[in-house]
Amino acid sequence: MLGADILLHCLELHGVDTVFGLPGGVVIPLYDRLKEFPNIHHVLVRHEQGAAHAADGYARSTGKVGVCFATSGPGATNLVTGIATANMDSIPMVCIMGQVVKELLGTDGFQEAHMTSVCQSISKHTYSVTDAAQLPDIIEEAFFVAQSGRPGPVVIDIPKDVFVQNVDIPYNKGTVRGRILNKYKPCQVNKEQVKKVAEYIKQAERPMLVVGGGVNNRIADSTLLVNLAQKADMPVATTLMARGVFPSDSKYSVGMPGMHGTVEANYVVQHCDCLVAVGMRFDDRVTSDISKFAPNAKHIVHVDIDPAEIGKNVVTDFPLVADSIDFLEALYEQLQQCNHADWVEEVNANRYEVQSPVGSVLPPKETFAFIDQCVDDETIVATDVGQHQMWAALFLNTKGPRKFITSGGLGTMGFGLPAAIGTQFGNPDKNVILITGDGSFQMNLQELAIVKKYKLPLKICLMNNGFLGMVHQWQKFFYNENYSATILDSAPDWAKLADAYDINYMRIDTMEQCNETLAEVLTSKEGWLIDFRIDANADVYPMVPAGKGLDDILVGE
Amino acid sequence: MKHKLAVLVENNPGVLAKVSNLFSRRGYNIESLVVSDTEDKTVSRMTIVVDGDEKIIEQVTKQLHKLVDVIKVNDLTNDDIVSRQLLLVRVAADHETRAEIIQIMDIFRARIIDIGRRSMIIEATGDEDKIEAIVKSLQPFGIQEIVKTGVSAMVRSPKEK
Repeated sequence: MLGADILLHCLELHGVDTVFGLPGGVVIPLYDRLKEFPNIHHVLVRHEQGAAHAADGYARSTGKVGVCFATSGPGATNLVTGIATANMDSIPMVCIMGQVVKELLGTDGFQEAHMTSVCQSISKHTYSVTDAAQLPDIIEEAFFVAQSGRPGPVVIDIPKDVFVQNVDIPYNKGTVRGRILNKYKPCQVNKEQVKKVAEYIKQAERPMLVVGGGVNNRIADSTLLVNLAQKADMPVATTLMARGVFPSDSKYSVGMPGMHGTVEANYVVQHCDCLVAVGMRFDDRVTSDISKFAPNAKHIVHVDIDPAEIGKNVVTDFPLVADSIDFLEALYEQLQQCNHADWVEEVNANRYEVQSPVGSVLPPKETFAFIDQCVDDETIVATDVGQHQMWAALFLNTKGPRKFITSGGLGTMGFGLPAAIGTQFGNPDKNVILITGDGSFQMNLQELAIVKKYKLPLKICLMNNGFLGMVHQWQKFFYNENYSATILDSAPDWAKLADAYDINYMRIDTMEQCNETLAEVLTSKEGWLIDFRIDANADVYPMVPAGKGLDDILVGE
Repeated sequence: MKHKLAVLVENNPGVLAKVSNLFSRRGYNIESLVVSDTEDKTVSRMTIVVDGDEKIIEQVTKQLHKLVDVIKVNDLTNDDIVSRQLLLVRVAADHETRAEIIQIMDIFRARIIDIGRRSMIIEATGDEDKIEAIVKSLQPFGIQEIVKTGVSAMVRSPKEK
């Protein structure tokens, strides 16, 4: 049996139905065998970075492991940004890279790059295969490692000769070494500790809950969190990685904390006396100046599956290593009905609605609100990175987990389009909306070829303001309006671009054009590029300038 | 404060790079690192000496444990251990000083392993304090070259009571 067959068969056994990739010299023998495995659908990207982000979007939106293929050298290095993106946001992926034949390893052979060392610090784990007989065990272990504990991307480096090596081994799943199983042994949540947390919440006057990506990854819907918030009678903040896990219309919902967080979320963080953080890692975009973070919290409880996150950024007096869901369920069980009515009222009295600039013809807030009201609850939103991403996080009411696909930790511009494509392949029946900017979109727009080929009904909402908006905003605020290299002139003719890829095009200049026609477009079964000429003077508010405490919040000009 | 960590890792190519990479990426400073195979051929053992406060050591330990190839991490700092380091030193020595150096080295139970007309090479093993004391005692004679290994350490066997 050929190494390539073993690999593809093992992927099939893991239920892999979609693989994103692009062939090259050393993986031709792998691609040569693809036709024998009809259950695996290979989506040909136009650049390997697209393959990594597409596999990532597929994984984020489905909860399954995303898989991508690339050839050695440049193919593999093109995956790097995508792997680092997934690593920062704890997304399970298996990235299969070809490598030069074993004999050429280390000789600077044609298209050779030592990918296991390149990927070390940006992936969860790397494997080098030297013998086709190792493939079943390595694939099995790679899938196990990618999904166990804190999830992450796993790299498998396979020399060309391994694909064509003929070995006589049983045609079934491999095994995970006992050592590895042991390393990721599920940890039981300590009931005594949870009881203590329940007491903290009960006794506190101003408790709060912050949930992050760790909850988004594990939770099926909002029910548990809604029940918990009611029982605890406490506000719930959701980080960028947890948009949608808690219903935004609840009186307990305060939205996103941090640099571009809501006034109320930051108010709650700065005034709470007990902060319970679950599945989040106190990123500097959440805490801002860490020495001024949650100054009144007598107790900071930090629950995470990864012990290394606890105590890394914020000093916690109550570390708890546990699966987020196990903890939340146990907490709900242990908690007695609390009454923090005064606190909840205080929080609600401190809500603040950001105002759009006066006279703005296409203000972001109203534009996003319109998009939001047009789409159904099952809609999945993918975003790129920049101002539009923050507007989407602030103004879209995502309903449910795994419905807001965004690059949080690494902040990768160019993530959006391929991630939206991966999302659409993983969710063929759902409406997928891409919120992008003219800067981000131009970073990976070669993948429009996939939208064309598969007639994907993606709705690409281009928040077009003619510059690299977020950097532009920083230059405006903190660099004396020295707009160095942020003006995106010579943009393509977007209508012609859409036409070139057989995608419908529509241009929106004013709020008046946000009407029924646009509403129909946003829910249609065809691919659309919607060119929103968003107000170029609109900035992202609220904003906590870097280095300030969360109470130093700017809400408008 | 210096901490000695005993780290059991998979005996795979690249594991040493992964461990040292982790230290450089997170900005921790390795004072010394010794790696060798063990009684189990699939497992290597590293003894890492790292300088840092409790918070840093806790992070180092946790981050090391996150590496899939790492099997076990033990901080030996507060354990009853024996630790050894090997020292080779070339010191200036002529017919006037030779005898005195040999005498001093006898006290430390160090060995002379090579003698030239104007220098000699001394070999010594011991814990860090002893090695430091030997180096200091040789300084007045003129040290020409020093080679040291990192520290290897082992927990003492439990004693009968």
